Amino acid sequence: MNAKKELQVSAIENGTVIDHIPAEYLFQVINILGLDTCGNSVTFGNNLGSDKLGKKAIIKVADIFFEDDEINKISLIAPHAKLNIIKNYQVVEKKIVESPDKVVGIAKCMNPKCITNVEEVTTRFKVIEKTPITLKCHYCEKITDHKHIEII
Amino acid sequence: MDNKSLVSIDDYTKEEILEVLARAAEFEKNPNCNLLEGKVVASLFFEPSTRTRLSFETAISRMGGKIVGFTDSSSSSVTKGETLKDTTKMVSNYCDLVVMRHPIEGSARYASEVSDVPVINAGDGANQHPTQTMLDLYSIYKTQGTLENLNIFMVGDLKYGRTVHSLLMAMSHFNPTFHFIAPKELEIPLAYKIFMDNNNINYHEHTEFNDIINDADILYMTRVQRERFADPLEYEKVKNVYILKNDMLENTRENLRILHPLPRVNEIAVDVDANPKAYYFQQALNGVYARQAIIAKALDL
Ligand SMILES: [Zn+2]
Repeated sequence: MNAKKELQVSAIENGTVIDHIPAEYLFQVINILGLDTCGNSVTFGNNLGSDKLGKKAIIKVADIFFEDDEINKISLIAPHAKLNIIKNYQVVEKKIVESPDKVVGIAKCMNPKCITNVEEVTTRFKVIEKTPITLKCHYCEKITDHKHIEII
Repeated sequence: MDNKSLVSIDDYTKEEILEVLARAAEFEKNPNCNLLEGKVVASLFFEPSTRTRLSFETAISRMGGKIVGFTDSSSSSVTKGETLKDTTKMVSNYCDLVVMRHPIEGSARYASEVSDVPVINAGDGANQHPTQTMLDLYSIYKTQGTLENLNIFMVGDLKYGRTVHSLLMAMSHFNPTFHFIAPKELEIPLAYKIFMDNNNINYHEHTEFNDIINDADILYMTRVQRERFADPLEYEKVKNVYILKNDMLENTRENLRILHPLPRVNEIAVDVDANPKAYYFQQALNGVYARQAIIAKALDL
C-alpha cells in the first residue's frame, strides 16, 4: 500500500516529503515554507485520496531538510502533516508536525478592531489550545479559533 | 518592551496589586507631594474620555508633574494618517511617562513596545482599562477592609463589560464567590467560566435580580445597552429588570457597598443615592489615589 502511494508523486533522491497536507491548504503550505521562491526542485501532488483527510496533498522538496521551528509553522493549517526525510531514495527519518507555543507573523488576528489589522504590526499569538489549535492575540487579547485562522 | 508599563490588569501579580493598593491609601492620606517634580507626563487621548482624563490629570498635578498631550485626536496636532508607532516614538522622546487612551484594541500593548518610557493604558477600545480595575479594587479594599473571601455580585451587561472582566480576573487572586446576574444574551462569556473552573473559583449565574443580593458584600452594577441586542424586543423585555431600587436593599448586609464604573443612565434609581450603601461617587474619587499609586510604581518612585 505504501509503495502504491509513493508512486503518486515521483521519488526524490535526497530531501523531504511532506505528506497529509489538507488539499485546500497546499499552496499556503508552499507559501509559509517559502518554497515558491526557493531554487530547489519542488514537486507536488494535490487532491490525492486519503483516508484521514478526504483529499490530501503531498510536497516533495529536493535537498532541503527543515528545522523543527520552520516546519512547525505549518501546524496551523496542516496539523496532521507527516514528514519523511529521504536520503539516497530511502526514508531515514519520520517526523510529525507539532504545534508551537507561540505563533509570530504567520496568522491574522480575527478581531477587526485589533491594532494588527489597523497598522503594520507583526502579529503575535500564544497557543492556548493545541487541538484544535486556538490562538490568543498578544495585542488585543482576543481568541482566534482554528476555524478562523487565516494565514497572512 | 518596557516591563514598567501597565497595559493589562494581568501585568500585576497579586503582590503588586496589594502593593499599589497600600500606596493608594498613603496618597489618600497625603495627596499632595512633589514626587513628579521635574517630570513630564504625556497624556495622549486619541478618543475623548473626560472622566478618565481629569482623574489622571488631577493625579499628576497633585504629584507636582507637568502634563503635555491632547484630549482627542481630531483636535490635536497628530497628523492625519500618522501611525501610532510614529506618534508614540516621537512623544516618548519628550516625556517620562505616557498615559494613553485609544479606540483600537491592543494599541496600548503595541505602544508600550515602541515607547522608550513606560506606558499606562487608560483604555484600549473594548480590551483593557486596568486603572479602572485598580480603583474598583481599592474601593472594595477600603470598604470591606480586605479583598479575601468576598461575595461579589455583578449585574447587567456581563458579556461586553470590560470592567467586569478585568475585575473578575483581578479578584480571582483573592478567593471570591461570584454571582452573575444578567439576561441570557449578556451572560458572562464562556472563556471566563473556563478560567474560573480551572482556578476553582465559585460562581453562580442568575437571570433574576431579586433578594439573592442579600448575601452580597459588593454589588457591581453595569448598564444594559440597547445596541447590544440584535432583537429590539429582547431589549424591551429586559430593560427594566436589571434596575436597582432602594427598597431592594432593605435586607442586605450592613457592609454591602454598591459600585458602578459610571456614567450611570437608569440602572441605579436615584433614590439609592442617599443610601449609605451607595458608593459609586466615592469610588470615582478613589480613582485619583489609585492612579497616583500606579504612576509612582511605573516610575519607580
Ligand atoms: Zn488581535
